[in-house]
Formats: sequence, structure tokens, C-alpha cells
Amino acid sequence: MASGSSSIGIDGFFENAEVTTSGRPVLRRNEVECFLLSSVDIDSEDDPPRFTALRSGNLILTTHRLIWIPSQSNGAVPSSVPLAAVTHIFSHKKSIKSMFHSPRIRFQANPGSIVVTIVFRGKGDFDEFLTKLWECWRGRAWEEEEKSESETSRSGSGTVAQGLYGNDGTVRMVGLAGILRKEQEQWESTDKSLQDAFQDLNALMSKAKEMVSLAEKMRQKLLSAPSSQNGSTDDEEMGSKEEMQQWMLSVGIISPVTKESAGALYHQELSRQLADFVRIPLEQAGGMISLTDMYYHFNRARGTELISPDDLWQACTLWEKFDVPVMLRKFDSGVMVIQNKSHSDEEVMSRIKMLVTKTETLRVGVTASDAALTLKIAPAMAKEHLLTAETKGLLCRDMSPDGLRFYFNLFPEIDPTNIHIVKDFGTYGEWIKATS
Amino acid sequence: MQKLANFKLPQFFSYPPYFTLQPVRDTREKQIQLWKELILDYCKSQKIFLIGIEEDFPLFSNSAIDRSLSHEARETFLSAIVGEGRAEWLDKGHRKCLILWHRIQDWADIILQFVRDNGLEDSVMTVEEIRSGTESLGTELEGIDRTILMRALKLLENKGKLALFKGTSADDEGVKFSV
Repeated sequence: MASGSSSIGIDGFFENAEVTTSGRPVLRRNEVECFLLSSVDIDSEDDPPRFTALRSGNLILTTHRLIWIPSQSNGAVPSSVPLAAVTHIFSHKKSIKSMFHSPRIRFQANPGSIVVTIVFRGKGDFDEFLTKLWECWRGRAWEEEEKSESETSRSGSGTVAQGLYGNDGTVRMVGLAGILRKEQEQWESTDKSLQDAFQDLNALMSKAKEMVSLAEKMRQKLLSAPSSQNGSTDDEEMGSKEEMQQWMLSVGIISPVTKESAGALYHQELSRQLADFVRIPLEQAGGMISLTDMYYHFNRARGTELISPDDLWQACTLWEKFDVPVMLRKFDSGVMVIQNKSHSDEEVMSRIKMLVTKTETLRVGVTASDAALTLKIAPAMAKEHLLTAETKGLLCRDMSPDGLRFYFNLFPEIDPTNIHIVKDFGTYGEWIKATS
Repeated sequence: MQKLANFKLPQFFSYPPYFTLQPVRDTREKQIQLWKELILDYCKSQKIFLIGIEEDFPLFSNSAIDRSLSHEARETFLSAIVGEGRAEWLDKGHRKCLILWHRIQDWADIILQFVRDNGLEDSVMTVEEIRSGTESLGTELEGIDRTILMRALKLLENKGKLALFKGTSADDEGVKFSV
């Protein structure tokens, strides 16, 4: 068992990476996931080593960081290296020797110009990863943020100026004209942004975050101003208003896990992402939601890169292998639902128990419709719960021409060696009172 | 509390689920045990030796709660008794069941005791006399099922306690005791 602080290096090289309860990395604002590989080690090339090696984890490349997540709980901590800290990526020469070894990438990073080697021991498209790594490193997504952050701080810090021209020489947005001009400029840049995005689908993916927030703004504009003059430009671009409204999708997942970016681990990562996503719809539905409803919610949030029903089902079945707080459950009737592991059957069972131990129900039992009314759930769900209670031994059944009824299970309370004895305590006595 | 003839029925005889074969294994095992005990108790008290599965055996239904056991349930419960050696199916179709509320060995012991009590150690009797003769009036042997009696006698014959022989008429067997 590795020591607890194994991945905080000797001089604090790695940063801690936040992960969700399902083991997915928590991405920062504007951070988009680009690639994922498994069975990756990270070693320090220097002698003596500048940090403790990380062994056998998943490596996730994003626009901002390299994130390493341990695949077994061996005491290692999820870690990350900001791409901004990388000063140099060594070129990868293929040689006869390299064909027999696991592929590796070496780069240099601060603090301290440490040389880091990433060793790829698993299957996966290594060349694609390398290409993406260069793209992300060169893309310098973190700098755009810093730029926009400093811009907003700059515009807020100047003294209030009078007149049309501001202190720094730019045209100030004043009055109605200013507002209109500001809107005009915004729409023009939006326009350009949309054109760029649609021409190149790859670029679209990387602009996903921008697109999603634009979509939200436009949707609100459409809803509030049905025939605004600004709407006409967009209509030409995208057809009728109705089409555009349909195209406006719920804001959801910014970096959908795709088959391309996760390769062979597609189902595993999808499974984890699904586990994260499922939490909120589950809560809203009271702890249990049918698989078909979840299919609808999930795809609606993804927007593009929709998953098939089969992919969804496979992703759910993989949950057994991970330590996630949700589970797929198939009732005997064939109905499949997703529920929280903590959504206690206990809670429902205790409510059913209270129902069947009332004097009247002790006497005549309950049907699925009775239970549905009392528990305030759908009759189909009520029947499933009654059947579950029967399996657990809380209830037993009575089948007659009148139909199927369930009674509190008295069998355990009766002593076969003494069939005439009724114990002082217990529900058997209650039942006798109720029926006499 | 219900009665069947002079037999006191247990309270759970009016519990509707008692008459539905339970699907859940643990519950069903409990149910089977209760039916076994009830059937054996009842048969012993009423001296019933044979149950026909399709016949109107009084325990199989309770008109007060409008419930009766399905064919499957009856067969399940009777088979459980057979499995414990307290009953036997007389036919492959499982339609007739011989109830051994005393085991054959027990009956054999009762016969030996009967022989001693009446000083019949070296006597000869017909099989019919054992079950309906004056000596057996008021004893357990009165009215014993013929099949069961023959089995017990055969058991004792194998142990050398008696000898069976055919009598003057075609179906009149006799017994010579040598206890």
C-alpha cells in the first residue's frame, strides 16, 4: 500500500485535482476535455527524482491541464499539471527500439524546469493524443481567460468620463444610440462567431462553451422580442424562428465524452459521466426514474454526440463495477429504473409495514391500488414495491377470484410445533383481535 | 375458533394467505411446515389414513373465508409429508396419499404391545381380527387401514416375530405370533 501523500511531490510539483463522487474530473470554467488514455505512468526523469512517480492511472488531456486519476485506490491522489506550466515538449522520434517499448512523451515544466516522462502502457491512440497535446498546449486557452478577466477589470477601473469618447480613446456607449450600437456590435461578433463555428465542426466542438451560452442568450431574446429587428439577421442564417427555437437546447454538459476522445474507454467514461448527470433528475423524480426518461434527459443535455439507447443501457450496467452512488434495477416485470443506492427500500418498506398493520388492512389485506393511493405513487410502482416487500418476507400473498392481495406476513410468528399457541407479543395476536 | 367435527382448528386456518401457495421460499417453507402439522394432527385425531387429492378433504377449504387450496398447493403439501416419511403416494399420478401419522415402525411396536397386553404371544389370529376384533376395540389398532397393517405385519415377519399365512378364503390372511 503506497504512503498517503505519495503524489504530492518532494517539492510540491503536482496540483491536487478535484474529482466527482464517480471519479470524473471537475473541470474549471471554459475547460474542455480533449482526450483520455488509460494505464499511464508519470515518472520523473531527473536523478534524484523530483517527485514520486504516479503509476497506472487514467490520463485526461484538457484545454487547460493534464489530469491524472488513479485507476485503483492505492493511496495515490488525483493530480494535475497546468499546461501553462509546460515550457517545452520534446519531439517524439520513432525508432526500432521505440517499437518494442511502451510509447512515451517527455516534456519540461515549471516550477524548476523538471523533466517529466509520461509512459503509455495501455492500448489507445497515442499519436492522436500527442497531436491533441500539441494543439491544446499551443491553443493557450488559459490566456484568453486572463485576457478577458483583465479587460473587464480595466474597463471598470477608469474614472467616469463625460462625452462620447472615453479616457482611453474608445467610443463610449452612452444613451440610446450607445445601447443600440453596443447591441449591433455584439450581434455582429456573434454573427461572425456562428459563421466560423459552422464551417468547421472541429472548431465547433472547441467553441462548445461559447455556443451554449450564445444559444441561451438568443433563446431568451427570441422569447422576449418576437419581431425584433435584430432577429432578422439570424433568421437568414438559420431558417425560421421555430427551427431556431427547436435548435436551442438545454444548457448541460460542456464537454461530452465522445467515442473519439475516450477511445476504448468510451463506455467506462460515459458510465461515470452518466452517474454524475443522473443525480439531479433523480432527486427531482423522488429517487427513482425509468431508463427511458433518463435517455431523454441525458441526450437532451448533451445536444450533439447523442448516445444510443444501447450505449445508455451499457453505461448503466457498468455502474456495478465502479463505486458510484446510483444503480440500475430491473423489476421482475421487466421495467428498468435508475435509483439512488441510498434511496432506501427501507423507507418504502416501513411505510408499507405501517399500512398493513392497521386493523382494517390486517383483516382484509391490501391491493396494489390501495397501496398506490396511500403511498402516493403510481400503481405500477406500488405493485413493484409490494412484490419487493413480499420477497423480503414482510408480506405474503392471497390469491383468490377477487384478485391478488397482500397481507402482513404472520407465518414467521407461528410455531409449527405448537400450532394452537398465540404469543403475547407480535402481530399474530393483533390479527386475531382484528378478525374476531 | 372453528371446529371440524371435534377437532379444534388453529387460528391461522382463517388467515387467507394460508390457502395460497407462497412463492417466496422462506415463507413457503414456513407455510409447508404448518400444513404438515395440521394435516397429521387432524388425521390422527379422526383416524384418517387416506387422502384423495381431488376429494373434499375438509382441511383443504375454509368456507368461512371463502378460500380453498389449489391442486398444486395440495400436492406440494402432501409431497412434503411424503418427503418426511410420514406419508406415501399410492399411485404415480399422485392422486391418493396414505397418511402415516404413526410410522410403520411405530405401528409394529403398537402391535407387539397389543400382543403382550392380551397374552397372544403364541396365538394365531386373522388379520381382520387384529383390526376389528373385540380385543382391539378402543385401542389404536381399531379400524387401522389394512394396507398399513399389512406393512407393519410384514416388518415384524422380517424380524421373526410372527409368520403370515394364507387362510381358508381367498383374501383372509392369518398371523401366527412368536413374540
